Amino acid sequence: MTASSPNAARLPRWVVALAVVGSLFVILPVVAMALRVDWPQFIPLITSESATAALLLSLRTSLTATALCVLVGVPMALVLARTSFRGQRLLRSLVLLPLVLPPVVGGIALLYTFGRRGLLGGSLSALGVEIAFTTTAVVLSQAFVALPFLVLSLEGALRTVGTRYEAVGATLGAGRWTVLRRITLPLVLPALVSGAVLSFARALGEFGATLTFAGSLQGTTRTLPLEVYLQRETDPDAAVALSFILVLVAVAVVGVAHRVRPLGDLAPRAASREAARP
Amino acid sequence: MSLTFTATLADRGFDVAFDLAPGETLAVLGPNGAGKSTLLGLLAGLLAPTAGRAELDGTVLFDVGPDRRTLTEPRHRGVSLLAQEALLFPHLTALENVAFGPRSRGVDRGTARATALSWLDRVGAADLAGRRPGHLSGGQAQRVAVARALAADPSLLLLDEPLSALDVTVAPALRTLLRDVLVDRSAIIVTHDPLDAFLLADRVLILDGGTVVESGATASVLTRPVTAFGAHLAGLNLVPGVRTADGFASADGWTVPLTDTAPEDMSLAHSAPENSSLAHSAPEGASLALAVRPGLVTVSRSDTTTQGTACRAAEVDDVEHRGDLVRLHAGGLAADVAPSDVVALGIVPGSRLFLAFRHEDASIYPL
Repeated sequence: MTASSPNAARLPRWVVALAVVGSLFVILPVVAMALRVDWPQFIPLITSESATAALLLSLRTSLTATALCVLVGVPMALVLARTSFRGQRLLRSLVLLPLVLPPVVGGIALLYTFGRRGLLGGSLSALGVEIAFTTTAVVLSQAFVALPFLVLSLEGALRTVGTRYEAVGATLGAGRWTVLRRITLPLVLPALVSGAVLSFARALGEFGATLTFAGSLQGTTRTLPLEVYLQRETDPDAAVALSFILVLVAVAVVGVAHRVRPLGDLAPRAASREAARP
Repeated sequence: MSLTFTATLADRGFDVAFDLAPGETLAVLGPNGAGKSTLLGLLAGLLAPTAGRAELDGTVLFDVGPDRRTLTEPRHRGVSLLAQEALLFPHLTALENVAFGPRSRGVDRGTARATALSWLDRVGAADLAGRRPGHLSGGQAQRVAVARALAADPSLLLLDEPLSALDVTVAPALRTLLRDVLVDRSAIIVTHDPLDAFLLADRVLILDGGTVVESGATASVLTRPVTAFGAHLAGLNLVPGVRTADGFASADGWTVPLTDTAPEDMSLAHSAPENSSLAHSAPEGASLALAVRPGLVTVSRSDTTTQGTACRAAEVDDVEHRGDLVRLHAGGLAADVAPSDVVALGIVPGSRLFLAFRHEDASIYPL
């Protein structure tokens, strides 16, 4: 992108100037942090016992939370995109609530649901299941905040793809499950992948809900973001090094989410225009 | 009957009934919003009627009434749909697309593949088997779509303007292919193009405003239209009139004598002589229609009424350029004239001139 490109030339200069300011606002802090990393000590810092424990816990819980999101998020997106029922708009808004809710509030909500004295906590306790302040609580916190990303991205893709291919499949004799398995899901696979990647990233970065609902026990509930926050007090160098790992993961996620595009040949008309041979 | 169909769909003002004989191809024509897509949707099971019943080879497609509601799922109907766009599944190869139908019906992988290959071969697309739809041209994709629809072995094939999205250079080859595969196959083709109806269909159904306004054998509907839309499709002028003592007379002043030998009827292809004798034997005052091709209507600055010619003065309403011809609309008739004549006669909208056609060029039949 150069200033001489025709699109940039048509924009008022102050718009471009503000865009530059905005971009610097995002990029500069990352650069500042990278400059602050104690590179010679980088490997020892991120391989300390507490750091390794946090990193492994984060990976484990985030992957589990992502799997959980896919398991329930795909059906949710399908129901929202392919059916219509009373209260659907309301349900859609509520499902997206964790997206805008402060995570701490989400954590408190989860505590009053699954905690010992919560809505379901009593029954769960009776069954001998304790959730609050366990690794399960970490996974639930992460899934709670990450679910909307998957549902949102998949529902949009399902609506874009439309029902025409599914209708064709049905007239060719395919049952509902076959249509879902062989047509609908393959068509939205790119969106499913990018939605899952975004969910994973959100789960990995989860802090507020986890701290409130799961606490901060090393090896059990102290995930990477909690470790970073904790180390900041005692060992700023370790905090910066671990932060940098999260930055790397974020960059990778953005790369993957951008690379995965909807199937390029979803528009048969475009193909027919470019090659009109019989 | 292969198919019997009666359905109403209240909120779309749709109310249509027809039958289809085994192996027969029916063309459904009509202006936009006439109910053509509704008809296909009801048959394919993508829409449910408010009331009605349809049965295909003994399978009830739907049976909806005040006290009953049977709606067979699309996949159990034996009805395949070929749409304007090929709608090939973009994530599957051409071969996998064609094998989809057989696979969905529980045919094993190897057999489905063999069936798919033979259908691809039949439509002349065997060499495209391994390609994804994104790498097919519009014509190629539509060929594969034809193979896919037929590989599902439907009892009834629905075609929704299958040629309209194709390049004009590709459409004729595909039309030939369709003509080939539709022989002895029960099919319903929705089209805008009377050529499709002529080449592909045994019978024609013309819909307007959700109801059937004309139906019958293709040749008779398209050479003896009884509605303005039918005439428009057939490219004919339709002049409604009545039987008089001398022959035919329209309200706007056209008169054509009807003689015993009725030679006036022989000029149009496919015309059935019995119709003109029907017009001849119609009682005085009975409604008649006169059909004449725009190309056979001549224009001049002076009255050219002679023996055997009908002529009338009219004011030009509209002048329309159509390739190498100019179509004039005057006095309720369309006339195709050479551009040089338009210049020579100085024709502009509002001009007064004389329109004429020979009696023998007009087809007259009871409405």
